[in-house]
Amino acid sequence: MKEVLLDIEQIRKDFPILHRKVNGQPLVYLDNAATSQTPQQVIDAITDYYSRYNANIHRGVHSLSQEATDAYEQARRKIQGHFNAAHPEEIIFTSGTTHAINLVAQGFTTFLSPGDEIWVSALEHHSNIVPWQMLCERSGAKLRVIPMNENGELELDVFKSNVGPQTKLVFVNHVSNALGTINPIEAIIETAHAVGAAVLVDGAQAAPHIVADFQALDVDFYTVSAHKMCGPTGVGVLYGKKDWLEKLPPYQGGGEMIATVSFEETTYAGLPHKFEAGTPNICGGIAFGAALDYLHGIGMQAIQEYEEELLQYATEKLLAIPGLKIYGEAPEKTSVISFNLEGIHPYDVGTLLDQMGIAVRTGHHCAQPIMDFYKIPGTVRASFCFYNTQEEVDRLTAGIDKARQMLS
Amino acid sequence: MENRGIQEIQEEIVDEFALFDDWMQRYEYMIELGKSLPQIAPEFKTDDHLIKGCQSKVWVHAHLDEDKLVFTADSEAIITKGIIAILIRAFSNHKPSEILEAETDFIDEIGLKEHLSPTRANGLVSMIKQLKLYAVAYQAQAESGA
Repeated sequence: MKEVLLDIEQIRKDFPILHRKVNGQPLVYLDNAATSQTPQQVIDAITDYYSRYNANIHRGVHSLSQEATDAYEQARRKIQGHFNAAHPEEIIFTSGTTHAINLVAQGFTTFLSPGDEIWVSALEHHSNIVPWQMLCERSGAKLRVIPMNENGELELDVFKSNVGPQTKLVFVNHVSNALGTINPIEAIIETAHAVGAAVLVDGAQAAPHIVADFQALDVDFYTVSAHKMCGPTGVGVLYGKKDWLEKLPPYQGGGEMIATVSFEETTYAGLPHKFEAGTPNICGGIAFGAALDYLHGIGMQAIQEYEEELLQYATEKLLAIPGLKIYGEAPEKTSVISFNLEGIHPYDVGTLLDQMGIAVRTGHHCAQPIMDFYKIPGTVRASFCFYNTQEEVDRLTAGIDKARQMLS
Repeated sequence: MENRGIQEIQEEIVDEFALFDDWMQRYEYMIELGKSLPQIAPEFKTDDHLIKGCQSKVWVHAHLDEDKLVFTADSEAIITKGIIAILIRAFSNHKPSEILEAETDFIDEIGLKEHLSPTRANGLVSMIKQLKLYAVAYQAQAESGA
């Protein structure tokens, strides 16, 4: 690597879990695309919430409720600022990306008729395909797929030459969870908007590495999960342009989302509360804000540059292992390496690496269509975060080589 | 092979694994066992014989040899094959009633406990369940046919 851009040794001190042992060996955590680890600063924010001001929000007149409401709404503004959304009420707290996608898919039922088309990319996570299939069943719309090529890149020509007035909604992930490909969402948004279609981008895998600027992208909807960005599990965000969110019907009924209720009629609350029925994950939202503070303390630009260097280093090291093939070699990708050893099942490699204290993901990564494309049962996926080091890449490389020797 | 009980075979497996000092020897042995797994006939390697809940595909077939149940299997992953080879060694060639009564604590004792968690992708729990389900089916058949 050319230069060390971050003080990794110092950063690693912030993450208590990175200092534990697994199977008698110091942990090498390389499953960051599944969930990232949590720094002490975020753990402290959670402890602080429950120790000092745990209360239900938005309606309590007492001080604790007001403090909790302020902290929660401040977190919303931090998220708004991070992604450059125009208004704080365009940030809807959800339980995560899956919830956010379902909210949009459910709401779109009323906007679609038979003959309409929804496009999804071939690089999607299962959870991102099923809601659209269900939407098509409800509305009579047709599901179409933007195909991928051998490098794991989307073939935009097919998309561009087939969209038209029948195209109502396009769904694509910003970054593929299985391969790490960064998709050309700018071009997809431009093409979709030219025919009047809305675009929902799943940013779960992108957000830890790339800062999407919602206004500059002109994206209609964008989703993120806190737990992939050093935040807690069970909380995420749906961003939607104000116009769209006002048009979209409420997703769930309950407290918080209503203005007035009688047995004859209910009027719904304004944004963002219309989509936030029931008591939300208050602590989770606040801790998400703390996670963004933490990432900004390091600097998103520095994180991105460091991860790119680490990816390059790891790619070179891994490719030197005999019989190792990497899946997804798009020039634009995040710090994810999906690979297999020739003639060896990914599960075997993952099991032996675990014995060596190295955490990777194995399997189809909930992206079976991609595995079908490559005609493989799955891959081993190593995904890197800014707290990973070259030494850890070296341990991964040695571990894979050891597994190869044992399994050949 | 004379008719030894499942318990006795399990103790023998536990004794064998006790000889290993570290995980590497244990897994190398499991890989060896995987290579010696009694192979399922190709015509039974179908979706009907797949065990659900495993990250690598696992096929198991059972047939009755006189009054004893005989298992054959295969998997795409060699360590999974090793695990199922251990199970088959313990359970195959026994009466369905004996298989149903058998304990599975020996899995803990040979250091495979981590594979017992229901979240573990190799589906050891599913494999044991499937072997026992075969025993239930054949026992029911024997009772109704008798």
